Amino acid sequence: MNIVVCVKHVPDATADRRFEDDATVDRVGVDGLLSELDEYAVEQALQIKEKSGDEGTEVTALCVGPEGAVDAVRKALQMGVDKGVHVSDEAIAGSDAIATSLVLAEAVKKIGDVDLVVCGMASTDASMSVVPPMIAERLGLPQVTLASVIELQGDQIRIKRDGDAATEVIGATLPVVLSVTDQTGEARYPSFKGIMAAKKKPLETYALSDLGVEAEKVGLSVAWSAVEETTERPPRTAGEIVTDEDGSGATALAEFLASKKFI
Amino acid sequence: MSEILVLVDHVDGTVRKTTNELLTLARRLGEPSAVYVGSGEAPVEALKKFGAEKIYVVDDAEIKGYLVAPKAELLQQLVEKTSAAAVLIPSSGEGKEIAGRLAIKIESGLITDAVDVEAGASGPVTTQSVFAGSWTVQAKVTKGTPVITVKPNSAAPEEAAGAGTVEEFAPTISDAAKAAQIVASQPRKATGRPELTEAAIVVSGGRGTGGDFEPVENLADALGAAVGASRAAVDSGWKPHTFQVGQTGKTVSPQLYVANGISGAIQHRAGMQTSKTIVAVNKDEEAPIFELVDFGVVGDLHSVLPALTDEVTKRKG
Ligand SMILES: Cc1cc2nc3c(=O)[nH]c(=O)nc-3n(C[C@H](O)[C@H](O)[C@H](O)COP(=O)(O)OP(=O)(O)OC[C@H]3O[C@@H](n4cnc5c(N)ncnc54)[C@H](O)[C@@H]3O)c2cc1C
Ligand SMILES: Nc1ncnc2c1ncn2[C@@H]1O[C@H](COP(=O)(O)O)[C@@H](O)[C@H]1O
Repeated sequence: MNIVVCVKHVPDATADRRFEDDATVDRVGVDGLLSELDEYAVEQALQIKEKSGDEGTEVTALCVGPEGAVDAVRKALQMGVDKGVHVSDEAIAGSDAIATSLVLAEAVKKIGDVDLVVCGMASTDASMSVVPPMIAERLGLPQVTLASVIELQGDQIRIKRDGDAATEVIGATLPVVLSVTDQTGEARYPSFKGIMAAKKKPLETYALSDLGVEAEKVGLSVAWSAVEETTERPPRTAGEIVTDEDGSGATALAEFLASKKFI
Repeated sequence: MSEILVLVDHVDGTVRKTTNELLTLARRLGEPSAVYVGSGEAPVEALKKFGAEKIYVVDDAEIKGYLVAPKAELLQQLVEKTSAAAVLIPSSGEGKEIAGRLAIKIESGLITDAVDVEAGASGPVTTQSVFAGSWTVQAKVTKGTPVITVKPNSAAPEEAAGAGTVEEFAPTISDAAKAAQIVASQPRKATGRPELTEAAIVVSGGRGTGGDFEPVENLADALGAAVGASRAAVDSGWKPHTFQVGQTGKTVSPQLYVANGISGAIQHRAGMQTSKTIVAVNKDEEAPIFELVDFGVVGDLHSVLPALTDEVTKRKG
C-alpha cells in the first residue's frame, strides 16, 4: 500500500501568535512545529501500515510550506514514516486553502499510485478543516473525514464520525482521502532510534515546476479571498475574583449573575 | 436584488436556530433563498418567518445516504441556475466540508467560521475570530460567488416575513459523489437541554469535577443552560465527546459561560473565549481561567455549585 500523510508546519499555539503587516500569519517571529493535530494523522498512517502486515507498504509525509517547514517532515520521519516530500517555492507564500489544496493534490499525483491520503482534522493555525475535502474534490476521490475510529479490511475502509446530529459509520473503497481527529488515540513520541534512523531516510524537495503547477495559480496575490484588516483583541479586563468562605462565593456569584440579568 | 443561498440546517424538518441567524444575515446582502434538503413536508412557514423569499426544496432520497459530496454538487447547480451573489452555510464539521468542495467546484473564494457578515462595497465583508479568539480578522472574497460558513450565535435572529415561494429542485448527482456511503447512523440522544452551540448559557465541567457532573448539571438546569466539558473530562470518560468545548470539540459563543474545575488551557479557550460573559469556579487561584473571567470564585465546586444552584432556584422563584 502507498500512504501519504499531509503534515503542516504551524506557529506554536502556546506562543504569542500574530499577523504580519500584509495580514499573513507571522511564521518567522513565532517558533514553528508540526501541527499537533497532524501528529494524530501520522500515528494513524503508521498504525495502518503496521496492521497491514504488508512489507511493501510505504508512508510518505508531505508538507507544503516555506524552507523551515521541513522540520514538520523531519518530525514525521522521526516518528517512523518512510520518506518525506517537502514542496517549497517562493510563489506559494500567502496561499489560501484553495491554492494549498491544489499544490497538495498535485504532489499526491506526483508521488503516484496513492491508496490513502491521511490528513489531520484541522490545522492548528488556520483551523478550517477544508483542505482534506478539497484534496478529495481535486483528486476525484471519496472523502472519509473526521474519523475517530478507523478500520481497514483489504480495500474497504470504515470510519466512525461524530457528526453534529448523529454518530455515523462511513464506508468507502480505496483510494480515499481520510482525515482523523484527536479521538483516534495519542501519537507516539520519536524514539532515539527513530531520530537516528530519520537522518538516513529519503527527503525530497519539490518546486512548483516539478509538479507542473503554474506560479500564477498560487500565492497571496491570486488568493480568492483577502484579509482586509487584522486587530488584536484587547485583553479581557481583569474581572472580580472572590474567595469562597462558608458559602460567600455562591452568594457573590449569584449577585453578579443577577446584576447581569442572567437570573 | 440578487439571491443569497442559505443552506438550511434542520433535524428531520425542524429548522435549527442557526438557520434563522443565517437568513437574518442573508437579508443584509440580498434576497434570502433557503435551500432545504430533506424528505417529507418542507418547513415553509418557519423559513418564511425569517425572511426566505424563495425556498428550494430538494428531495434527499438520493442524497442522504452519502457524505457531503452530493450537497456540494446540488449547491453548485443552484448557484449556476440562480446566479446567486453568495452562499451561506452553517459552520459545522459537515457545513465546512460542503463549503470547501463547493468553492473548488464554482472556482470561488471561501471564508470559514465567520462570526459576522456585513454588506460591503464589493460584496460581503466577514468578521472572524482567530488564534484562539485573540485576534479579529475582517475579510472578503475576491473571486467568484462568495462561499461563507457562519458560526452559531453570530447574529440575533430577526423575524421578517418573506414570500417563501416554494420551488422544487431536482439536482443531478454524479456517481463519484456517492463514493463515501453512510453505512450506519446513530442519532444523538436528546439531552432535554439546549443544543451546546446554540445555547445562551453554557455550564461546563472539567477534571476538577472528579467525575461527578451532578453539581454542574443541576446548575445548568437551574439556569436553563447547556452542559459542556473539557477534554480532560471527556478523555476520562465522564462525558461523551459531543460535550467537549475547545479546539477539537465545539466552539461556543454564549451570553454566559460558566467554567467549573477547568484550568483554562489554550485549547479549551479556543472554544469559549468569545463568550460574552465568563465566570469560573476553581479551587486554585492561580488557574489561567481566571485571566479571562468577568467574575471568579476561588473555591471547591462541590460546595459552591450546589449553593449557587439553590440561590438561582430561589431567586427565579
Ligand atoms: C491537540 C490538542 C487538542 C486539545 N483540544 C482540547 C479541547 O478541544 N478542549 C479542551 O478542553 N481541551 C483540549 N485539549 C486539552 C487541554 O490542553 C487541557 O489538557 C484540558 O483542557 C484540561 O482540562 P481541565 O481544565 O478539565 O483539566 P486540568 O487542566 O487538570 O484542570 C483542572 C482544574 O480543576 C481545578 N479543580 C480541581 N478540583 C477542584 C474542585 N474540587 N473545585 C474546583 N476546582 C477544582 C484545578 O485547580 C484545575 O485548575 C487539547 C490538547 C491537545 C494537545
Ligand atoms: N500546507 C500544508 N501542508 C501539508 N498538509 C496540509 C497543509 N495545509 C493543510 N494540510 C492538511 O490538511 C489538514 C486540514 O487543514 P485545514 O483545512 O487548514 O484546517 C491538516 O491537518 C493537514 O493534514
